[in-house]
This record gives sequence, C-alpha cells and structure tokens, in this order.
Amino acid sequence: MNKRWLSRAVGAVGLVMAIGPGAVWASSVSGSGAALAANCANCHGTAGRAMGAMPALAGQPKSYLVEQMKAFKEGRRSGTIMHQLAKGYTDEQIEAMSAYLSEQKR
Amino acid sequence: MTKNENVYAEEAETQFVSRRRFAKAIGVAGAAGVLASCAGMGDAASTKKLGRVAVVGAGYGGATAARYLKMWGGASVDVVLYDRAPQFISCPLSNLVVGGSRKIADLTVSYQGLKDSGILVLQDEVTALDPAKRRLSFKKFQDQTFDRIIVSPGIDFMFDQIQGFGAEAQKTVMHAWKAGEQTMTLRQQLEAMPNGGVVVMSIPMAPYRCPPGPYERVCQIAHYIKTAKPKSKIIVLDANAEIISKKGLFTKAFEGPYKGLIEYRPNSRVTELDAASKTVTTELGDRVKADVLNVIPPQRAGDLVVKAGLANANNRWANVDWLSMESTAAKGIHVLGDATFPAPTMPKSGHMANQHGKTAAAAVLDLMAGREVKPSTMANTCYSFIDDRDVVHVASVHQYDAAQKTMIPVKGAGGLSTEPTALEGSYANAWAQNIWRDMFDKIA
Repeated sequence: MNKRWLSRAVGAVGLVMAIGPGAVWASSVSGSGAALAANCANCHGTAGRAMGAMPALAGQPKSYLVEQMKAFKEGRRSGTIMHQLAKGYTDEQIEAMSAYLSEQKR
Repeated sequence: MTKNENVYAEEAETQFVSRRRFAKAIGVAGAAGVLASCAGMGDAASTKKLGRVAVVGAGYGGATAARYLKMWGGASVDVVLYDRAPQFISCPLSNLVVGGSRKIADLTVSYQGLKDSGILVLQDEVTALDPAKRRLSFKKFQDQTFDRIIVSPGIDFMFDQIQGFGAEAQKTVMHAWKAGEQTMTLRQQLEAMPNGGVVVMSIPMAPYRCPPGPYERVCQIAHYIKTAKPKSKIIVLDANAEIISKKGLFTKAFEGPYKGLIEYRPNSRVTELDAASKTVTTELGDRVKADVLNVIPPQRAGDLVVKAGLANANNRWANVDWLSMESTAAKGIHVLGDATFPAPTMPKSGHMANQHGKTAAAAVLDLMAGREVKPSTMANTCYSFIDDRDVVHVASVHQYDAAQKTMIPVKGAGGLSTEPTALEGSYANAWAQNIWRDMFDKIA
C-alpha cells in the first residue's frame, strides 16, 4: 500500500473525528456513551481530559475504567467521593461511558 | 437595515473574522444569514441543517448547553448565546472572596473559547421571551426568532418579602448571592469593620440557590474573624428550622474551630430591614443590629422566565420535562438550572445546572433531528470550603424514572465527607478548573 495514500486516509479519518460526531449521529445523542460520559466531565474535564488534581480518563483502556468504577461501586476501592458516585450507575452505563472515554484522545 | 440590525450583524461578523470576506460578499443580510452561511462553511458540506437555537444566560447551565450543542451538533446547528455580562463570574468559590483568600479575577472566565468554537456569543439583555412565537426581544438588538430557545437565567430576588429592602437599601446592604460587585463590596465592608464588630447574616427559607452556600459563607466570615478580628462575631439568622445541607459537618465547624465566633439562630426569618441603622427584625420580633449586614433574600426563577409565563410552579419556579428540560408550559422552550422547580432532592447548584445543560443539548439535537429522546442521568457534587484550605462535599446521582416522570436520587448512591480535608480542597480547586473548561474552553 502506498504510504502517502495511507497517511491521507488516516488524515481524513482524523478530520472527521475532529469535527465531532455532530453530523453522524445514527441514533440518539441522549442516552449515548458520549452523553453518559459528560457526567464525568464536570470534574474530570470534557471527554475526560482533566486538569489539576483530578485523574484524567481520556484514552484509558476501557477494561481499566470499567474495573475501577466497579471497584468503587462494590466497595473494593476507597475514595473521597467516587465510591459514592459510582453506586449511582448501572453496569451497562459504566460499560457505555468507559467505552466512550477510552476512545478519546488524551 | 436599521441601526440595531447593524450592531448585531457587525458583532456576528467580528466573531467570524476569518470568514469576513465571505460575509461581505453575500452582503450583510442580517444576522441569520451570516450565521447560516458561516456555520455551513468549513465542515462537511453534506451536513443537514437541524436548526437555529438561542441560549439565554451564559452561566453554569447556559454556557454548558451552548458548548455541548455545538460539540455534539457541529455544523448542523447554529447556536447563539446571549448574556448581559461581558464575561463569566462564578458563584461557586465566591465565598472565598468574602473570606479573603480569593479575588474575583480568579473566578472570572472569558467567553472567547466559545466564540472560537463557532458559537455566536452576544452581549445584550434579553428583555422578553414570547414562547408561542419562539421569539426573543432585546435591549439593543432587533427581535429574533429561533427553532428552539434554551433559557438559563438563574435566580432573581424577592426583595418585597423583606420590608425596607427597596432600591435605596440595596445600595448598602449586600446579598452577594450573585458573584461580582456585590461580593467585592461585602468583602470591603468586612475589611472596614472594626475588631469587635458584629456581622449579621440572614438565610432565606429553602429552596434557594446553593443549599450549603450560606453555611460555607458563615465559615468563611468566621475564618476571617478568627484570623484578623478575633473580638468580632457573626450572628446567623436562618429562616429554616436547622442547617439544611451538610448539617453534621457544618455543626462541627461552628462548634469546633469557630466556637464562640458564631451565634446560630434557627427559625429566624428576617421580615424587616433598616439600612440606615443596619438593623434587621425577625418574624418573632427580635431586632438585631449589625456593623456589617448581609441579607440573602428569598429567591425565584429569573425575571425572564416569570414574565414569559414559564414559572408554573407557584409562580416562582419553572416546571420542566426532565427528559428534555423542555418547559411544561411551552413547547420548544427549555429551562435550565436554578430557575427550575427541582426534581426530588435535586439541589440548585452550578454542577447540577451544567448537567441540565448537557441533557438539554442532547435532547434539543434529538428533537430537531426527529430521534427519540432517551432518559439521562445527572450527578451532583457540591464542595464547601470550611476555611481557606479544608473542604467537605455532598454528592448525589439522579436517574430518570419513567413511571414518575422525574429524576429520582439513586438509593445508596451519593453521600458526604467524613471530615474537612486539604485533599478535598485540592479536588475542589480542580473541580472549578475542570468545570469552567467544560463550559468555556474552545472545543477540541
């Protein structure tokens, strides 16, 4: 495969992602992984890109995010606040928000 | 073209400066034309236009709604954000300005990032909202109609509930419950108070903006007194029967580090005020004289919402459909933040308003595109500073309940800090940093 062609193709995909999913919502925005992950953004930054003392979530492996949320939820990991908040989400919601955050660039 | 249209079009054009030549080429065809043209450029040409949305109020609710509409809607949606102020000043953390450990400048954020994201941010006061016509009227600009309107006006005060709290008294007696000039003036009054002076602060009956806020302020003033004016004290006149948020944690602070500096009086609703003598009278007839008087009046939804007939909860707050934040009084109009009649146990907080903004943004895009609006989940976190370092929190998660058609707090989720800590202080600062960026940063 031509290297230049490949880099162009990757560039084009990058551009579509940069524009965001605005134009290509096949199903509802509400209730999506993006909408669920927006719950995290207040403290952990938009799309999980955090500043300051708050851990960054963007680009973390999905399995890690799911495991940490479940550990908080089930009392296996302590925290100041996350052990309280994690109990508010279903396992399906944790899966969906983790999938979205894992796909975000750091 | 009228002068008003010119002002509007010029501002629109200035914000899309890179597209100025294009705007000029098509002629200044009014702001709607400029907007539609600009938003159509640069992004995928095949993007289907969903519509044009106005957001009124660029605070925790409105700025978030505008930014997420653009982030999720891209070129398919034109977003115009209106605020009367040239920049954002945060209410959360503003008690630290009263306490002396922060400056208002630390809590001030520019709207530039939103402008750079393709949102048209315009400074003007919205004077009227016609829900049937989905039309806004302004102080400066000509009337504008939109496909949908999101209003996030915050609160206004019911000064008439306190005798003597008219326009003249409002010049010297601060509420400081909207951050800005009032906050700075209250701080100056505290600085000018002699050591031995008495601060009197009154708290209105709930619901009001930021349930733990008044008690955080008591701590901040007590912290200032303790460090700078130890012969002084603060008398707290609370209209409520008890501390209504983080009671155990605040009680510990009042009776621990601030013992002897705070006199807390429950069931003490202030009904009368004399600004000249800095005296307040409670419902029970107690008269209390102050050196510095800080009266937080009862509150209701912002004027715009009340005047538009959207305050259908006791003529004070706006009932909304919690799926979409759409007003139950008018189709196509969405109400966010402190102006809403809250779902069970949902606080009037900036964090919550941010969550409302995201629910509204997703729902508005889905409604305009003809997609199903699915239930959302909202979380809340309120940090309170006990002094200039140590912090406590209250948190909750609210899930939509289809049967009850409202947001219900998830049982077993949420909770409180066990004690004030510096670690939570660092998280509170990071919270502010991140939520302001979540509201105002240029979209990545």
